[in-house]
Amino acid sequence: MSVQILMPALSPTMTEGNLARWLKKEGEMVKAGEVIAEIETDKATMEVEAVDEGRLGKILIAEGAQGVAVNTPIAVLLEDGETEAAAITPAAAPAPATQDIPCIPNAAPVANSVTPTAQAAQAEGKIIANRDILYAQGMIIEPPPFDEAPFMERTQPMQVREALRMGMSEEMRRDKNVFLMGEEVAEYNGAYKVSQGMLDEFGPDRVIDSPITEHAFTGLGVGAAMKGLRPIIEFMSMDFAMQAMDQIVNSAAKTLYMAGGKLGCPIVFRGQNGAPGKVGAQHSGCYASWFAHVPGMKVVAPWSGADAKGLIKAAIRDPNPVMVLEHELMYGQIFETPIDDEFVIPLGRAKIERAGSDVTIVSFSIMVGKCLEAAKKLEEQGISAEVINLRTIRPLDRWTILESVKKTNRIISVEEGWPFAGIGAEIAALINEHAFDYLDAPVLRVCAADVPMPYASNLEALATPQVDEIVHKARQVCYK
Amino acid sequence: MKKTNLKTVPETVPMGAELSNSAGLPSVEELKKFYRDMLLIRRFEEKAGQLYGMGLIGGFCHLYIGEEAVVTGIQSVQKPQDTVITAYRNHGHMLVCGISANEVMAELTGRAGGCSRGKGGSMHMFSVEKNFYGGHGIVGAQISIGTGLAFAHKYSGDGGVCVAYMGDGAADQGQVAESYNMAALWKLPILFVIENNQYSMGTSTKRHAAGEFYRRGEGFGIQGERVDGMDVLAVREAASRALDDIRAGAGPYILEIITYRYRGHSMSDPQKYRTKEEVEQYKGARDPIEGVKKILMDEYGVGEEALKPIDQEIKEIVREAAEFSQSSPQPDPAELWTDVLKEE
Repeated sequence: MSVQILMPALSPTMTEGNLARWLKKEGEMVKAGEVIAEIETDKATMEVEAVDEGRLGKILIAEGAQGVAVNTPIAVLLEDGETEAAAITPAAAPAPATQDIPCIPNAAPVANSVTPTAQAAQAEGKIIANRDILYAQGMIIEPPPFDEAPFMERTQPMQVREALRMGMSEEMRRDKNVFLMGEEVAEYNGAYKVSQGMLDEFGPDRVIDSPITEHAFTGLGVGAAMKGLRPIIEFMSMDFAMQAMDQIVNSAAKTLYMAGGKLGCPIVFRGQNGAPGKVGAQHSGCYASWFAHVPGMKVVAPWSGADAKGLIKAAIRDPNPVMVLEHELMYGQIFETPIDDEFVIPLGRAKIERAGSDVTIVSFSIMVGKCLEAAKKLEEQGISAEVINLRTIRPLDRWTILESVKKTNRIISVEEGWPFAGIGAEIAALINEHAFDYLDAPVLRVCAADVPMPYASNLEALATPQVDEIVHKARQVCYK
Repeated sequence: MKKTNLKTVPETVPMGAELSNSAGLPSVEELKKFYRDMLLIRRFEEKAGQLYGMGLIGGFCHLYIGEEAVVTGIQSVQKPQDTVITAYRNHGHMLVCGISANEVMAELTGRAGGCSRGKGGSMHMFSVEKNFYGGHGIVGAQISIGTGLAFAHKYSGDGGVCVAYMGDGAADQGQVAESYNMAALWKLPILFVIENNQYSMGTSTKRHAAGEFYRRGEGFGIQGERVDGMDVLAVREAASRALDDIRAGAGPYILEIITYRYRGHSMSDPQKYRTKEEVEQYKGARDPIEGVKKILMDEYGVGEEALKPIDQEIKEIVREAAEFSQSSPQPDPAELWTDVLKEE
């Protein structure tokens, strides 16, 4: 069968070009891969190679022709025994290179069917199929169900670092494919003693000291996860994870999508995130919004011991990349923590730490404690604040936040990170889109000052959200 | 650019005693298989180039034409449990891993029948069944990830080796050195393959790389050698030696394979950085497919006629792939939202 040779494009944007030269004459035999012509644009010259072998039956566009549109037939290639007459048929319209991508309308916001209530009880939650897809489409969906109360009946007081260790160790006993890798996690027992004793229990094949090469040991974790292991990669500080940002974002988070669902990356990244005090700008960053920006990532930020244990376990069991943002100043704090092996907090479910009716305060990590302190002060001033501990930052429990604001009609967000494109900005957008009519005051944010973290104690205190600022902003939205 | 006086390879990468040479000849069946595999890559890539020219393939499209002997030679001595990972010049690797031409071509055209269901594109393709782990668009990232695949081989004790490919450009990346360090420190089963096609996009090795690639593991105690990548038998021989060494528990191994791409870095590369004569030198005297053909004819007395069925088979595979890549539908619009996260 004869083959039409079409005017090729040199680039995705080229629409026409000049046929500079024919290197073969009509009637000549050509082999696959042989150069038959040269075309040019103002930017480049390119050789046209024959893809099939045959005889150049007819040259349709003479050399020297200018402005030949891409996909115009320029010649006909004949197979053995074919004649020109049989081959020359009217040029078929070229196949459309691309079609318009059908526009998927964003799912409409769920009707505001829940009536405002002063009750503090959190939604029971629902098991919802395709939760992740609905979330990506911006839907407001009830968080997954979770009854924490029975677990809180069997607790022990322990430090947050112990709760993290307990969670990791339980999961490592449960699944031999789970291993821990990072700087000083093994023989040093952890830079913050989170992994103390784990080398003794699990041995050097599963608790592994890495060189200080974040980029490649993160990539190593990604590769191990792709091959079916369940790595926990520790960053001594999330500021250092910036060295590995490419592997986290481009490799871990995007692969499942790029592989059409055929290859995933079940990996946990974890480490200290935020300002531990007096360490300056390169060891104090809160990177919650950086990681939470990325589709394909999940991000959690524990505050209490229960958060720490329940979230790290959920992160390890999750088949996706999960970032666990811990806080150095929380490691030593003591909380009653569930000892049950199956205490696993579902990702995507916030916790109302304190019920209130006048104003909602949304926060995560160390700032939850500051918000609870602020709520106490506000109570003394006659303002009832509801404090939401997000626990998971992505997927954000939009439902719980919205239900709360529908009840209180006022909301502020509190975070240790910078304001620009921060978690507070996301929450403000959420309220604007879904609860605008419920608001009695604009959404306000409490964030780090928009500067690199200063070293001097007084400046550092000014740069970091403090209880009084939370109180002040909460009063502001209450017009008090 | 200084015009190089070419006999065999440019002066930047002199051939000589440092290059491994092919040893004994393989069986005629093996040689025919090399011929077939390399021809499949060649014809597939030519067709991809043509479809790109027709606007059916978008964005970037990096062809492997001229470099076929590298992956063909190495794959021929791998074991089934070994894993392969590379960057974005990946079509050839996928074909010799046994991934169907239909699936690869349909991914290039962004269709539902593509191996990533049209969501990956030319640079992002994977097949766990065929132990091919991508297909990565970030230069050098695949080397750290490959080190992780090797870590998993060792962790699970499956006896597998990861073959991690990089170009001469990627070899300069910091994470490659970091990966050498960990791979050597923990004696991970990994073969680092530097496909030195002598240009990092438009920058020649002379202008982007200090020292010698195959010696860059020396400080870590990693053995390395330089191989003639236009000779599939030389590649096979060196890879066999390296893989034996790795499987014996010696840890990583570096093969710098000197090769040449006939086409531009990607389809939209006008190639102003090299001379036509340089390209012709390779195409004419050093072509890997012609090389195998010559051995078959001269040493084994296989006539041109005997290769015709192979030519015909390849032609048919590529024709069908091109057809499938255009008849397969675009992904369902609902696919936009799926595969962002894996449901538990």
